[in-house]
Amino acid sequence: MMVETPTTAKGSHADAVATASVVALAFSINGRHCAVETVATAMLLDVIRDQLGLTGTKKGCDLGACGACTVLADGRRVKSCLALAASYDGADITTIEGIGTPDRLHPLQAAFIRHDALQCGYCTPGQILSGIALLAEKPKDIAAIREGMSGNLCRCGAYPNIVAAIAEVAGL
Amino acid sequence: MIKMQKQGPNRARISGGVAEALHHDSAVKHVTGGALYVDDIATPPGTLEVYIAMSARAHARVIRLNVDAVRAAPGVICVLTAADIPGGNDISPTPTEDDPLLADGLVQYVGQALFAVVAVTVQQARAAAKLARVDYEELPAIITVNQALAARSYLEAPYVMQRGDVEAAIAAAPRRLSGRMEIGGQEHFYLEGQAALAVPGEDDDMGIYCSSQHPSEIQHTVAHVLGVARHAVTVEVRRMGGGFGGKESQGNLPAAVAALAARIARRPVKCVYDRDDDFLLTGKRHDFRVDYNVGFDDHGMILGLDVMHAVRCGMSFDLSQPIADRAMLHADNCYYLPAARITSYRLKTHTQSNTAFRGFGGPQGMVAMERIIDEVAATLALDPLEVRRRNFYAHRDRPDEARAVTPFHMRVEDCIIDDIVAELSETAEYQRRRADIRAWNSSSAIIKRGIALTPVRFGISFTKTFLNQAGALIHIYSDGSIHLNHGGTEMGQGLNTKIAQVVAEAFQVDYARVKITATTTGKVPNTSATAASSGADLNGMAARNAAETIKGRLASFVAEREGVSANDVQFWPGCVAVGGRVFTFDEVIKDAHMARVSLSATGFYATPKVQWDREAARGRPFYYFAYGAAVSEVAIDTLTGENRILRTDILHDVGRSLNPAIDKGQIEGGFVQGAGWLTMEELVWDEKGRLLTHAPSTYKIPACSDRPGILNLALYDRGVNSEDTIYRSKAVGEPPLMLGISVFAALADAVASVADYQLLPQLDVPATPERILMAVMRIQTG
Ligand code: FES
Ligand code: FES
Repeated sequence: MMVETPTTAKGSHADAVATASVVALAFSINGRHCAVETVATAMLLDVIRDQLGLTGTKKGCDLGACGACTVLADGRRVKSCLALAASYDGADITTIEGIGTPDRLHPLQAAFIRHDALQCGYCTPGQILSGIALLAEKPKDIAAIREGMSGNLCRCGAYPNIVAAIAEVAGL
Repeated sequence: MIKMQKQGPNRARISGGVAEALHHDSAVKHVTGGALYVDDIATPPGTLEVYIAMSARAHARVIRLNVDAVRAAPGVICVLTAADIPGGNDISPTPTEDDPLLADGLVQYVGQALFAVVAVTVQQARAAAKLARVDYEELPAIITVNQALAARSYLEAPYVMQRGDVEAAIAAAPRRLSGRMEIGGQEHFYLEGQAALAVPGEDDDMGIYCSSQHPSEIQHTVAHVLGVARHAVTVEVRRMGGGFGGKESQGNLPAAVAALAARIARRPVKCVYDRDDDFLLTGKRHDFRVDYNVGFDDHGMILGLDVMHAVRCGMSFDLSQPIADRAMLHADNCYYLPAARITSYRLKTHTQSNTAFRGFGGPQGMVAMERIIDEVAATLALDPLEVRRRNFYAHRDRPDEARAVTPFHMRVEDCIIDDIVAELSETAEYQRRRADIRAWNSSSAIIKRGIALTPVRFGISFTKTFLNQAGALIHIYSDGSIHLNHGGTEMGQGLNTKIAQVVAEAFQVDYARVKITATTTGKVPNTSATAASSGADLNGMAARNAAETIKGRLASFVAEREGVSANDVQFWPGCVAVGGRVFTFDEVIKDAHMARVSLSATGFYATPKVQWDREAARGRPFYYFAYGAAVSEVAIDTLTGENRILRTDILHDVGRSLNPAIDKGQIEGGFVQGAGWLTMEELVWDEKGRLLTHAPSTYKIPACSDRPGILNLALYDRGVNSEDTIYRSKAVGEPPLMLGISVFAALADAVASVADYQLLPQLDVPATPERILMAVMRIQTG
């Protein structure tokens, strides 16, 4: 008898990686051109973290439910753990490393610090990228920020300060 | 030579001392993606990955485990079973020896580690694990609290705390009521899953980088499993992406598996759980059934209380004994009970071994007590807040011997809950809003509102007295920069920031001069877990003691040179003053080094006054108590059970805050997590013991849109610890979680409005929309 794995939802995109064929992809990552070879089933998150070595993007669930892996693809937010890398061939990808640096912070990064919008920090890169995309959509009030950020979980519960930081940059 | 300086201290205050609202020390790294977690560490070439294969049965003998096909699969380096363990096959956090690293012939929950596959990539390891052949002989499994109670499936004999003649008190009471409450568990869902990297060195050496609240225990466990002395194992923790108690003992498995794999493969090995596996492998908050029988008078004064806690511990002890004990120690919350008995059953079930979770049993004990108060108030048609106030322990400044003793015979000497509740009910306009809500409800057919104010009193100290100790290590380098290390771990609670503030304050130097370094067993040995909210209390004191040792040496050195007494040397902001002359801190350090003065010291601290006789259930398990209160207002839809927190007001006591920004974050976060546990987070197992809610798609934690529409939070500004804690602060990690009880009580109040407050509906934890809807329907049909 085979082992019945007690997991059911585990998706097997990860298992498939071992056997799939290799594809050559080219992205712009944080303004730099990048060519990578990867298996056709590879997820964008794994390419960013493991092949490009950009570990600021986090894996919280690998199931598209927590938002820790959020990056921007052509300016729109994408949960990179659910995004097939191959479908982003030619895209312009921005990760947390491309937003600002410690001495030249993006206004939202600075606002997160000012408002203490983080505790353990694990969700923070995803929150910031999600927040930047939300700001571009011009949220009209606090309720729109709360709704717009509801795909990014923070188990430390820093929500009040996360909302305050985004609201400040939005001028609300 | 020391140069004389003419000018006095150039600044009135250092920057970043105690009580400043500094941002988290890693804030810049967090917002730029530069903060490293275990899975972000650049691994040495050749690093392998390991996957833990799990039992598919809740209770079974493993008749045959054939991993030949697994070994032969692509990328697989080796397969580990119980037979491969050179030392002990046990990773229990206590001396109970009931947590095997890898199952040896017997499995006791669905998800138990059965064998481990080491491969080039974890994807290969996971795919290969499916090729194993396992034959089970199924045994009867006990899954639920009620099954375990019926089968008398106990981990240990029931434990009782008692004070007074409970039967007589209840029998003589003018009023009595009894009831039952089911309280669900909670998944930690730290956003960073369990993770460990093991790097073998020369001899028997093993280096472990992991995400753990308890590096010393990881060290002890790895040494035990590998059969080597503890000095061969060094464990380092820079930070965790959340812990919440779930990384107090549960990190033992991934670290020990990675270490075993690294020993056998002779290469570095990483073990990182994915989210589903984390749900299945690890223990959770204990679920409880609480039965109660209470006697009271017409004013709502409680005269006698008899409470039974049935605690689902899972397949082994883990930390269940102290957790179940703490639930009993908080079964009174803020209330004096003239006669009380708490009986606790520690149930063995064939499920994950439940473990520490923020509050450590306290929340379960407390929510049941709050429920009892609400029922007493409903029976008498009194405002529950009035009943709460009447039953509070005697106030610190109005000692009343007769109303100060707990069911475990400890005198409560620092009670300030009356003050906090009085202030909060004023600022939150509790009375006016309660009246408004009742008026509003009478004219609203479908949407109903509820409001409740609930208090928290939480005991601070490990109840195992020996754990109340900590160490620290400080080096000052010859350029005057300071290296700080202590036994506590950083999981987002800002511990490192606070301890660095303490050290800056002690030396009177700027915070920026103090470098916070990763926790490692190689620098500070034999530490306790960063748990029980005690991180800053214990490690702050130890770090200050280390600083004082160095300051003492510096003072003697300067005094001798200047021909004065050491008592005349003072540390001023950025400088040292002696006999009317002032030297910069840097100069003093440089010259002390030239004069061969040691600039490195350890510090140690052991909490005074605590003593606990567990056998007799008497003593002083807690050094002090932390207090707080919250008022929540909610709205429910009586057609769907859907609900929302409209507003929450919190007033919380942190003594004299070491860092108000960090403390406020802990309070908000604790409240959100507590409200999540009580209202939405639901764990479901099927009758075969399979956890059905093992992913974020089925297990909901609070999102941004779930937080209260309005959240007003204040620190209790008259707060001062009456005990001599670090700068008179109070612990803050756990107590605020129980502020979430206000939401639960407010939901019950909203449901009660359906029957015009004639009775309080039965409502269990979590009060999900389904449960609320059922409660509404029950109450409507009378
Ligand atoms: S890791 Fe992608 S959504 Fe959680
Ligand atoms: S800061 Fe810890 S999960 Fe958001």
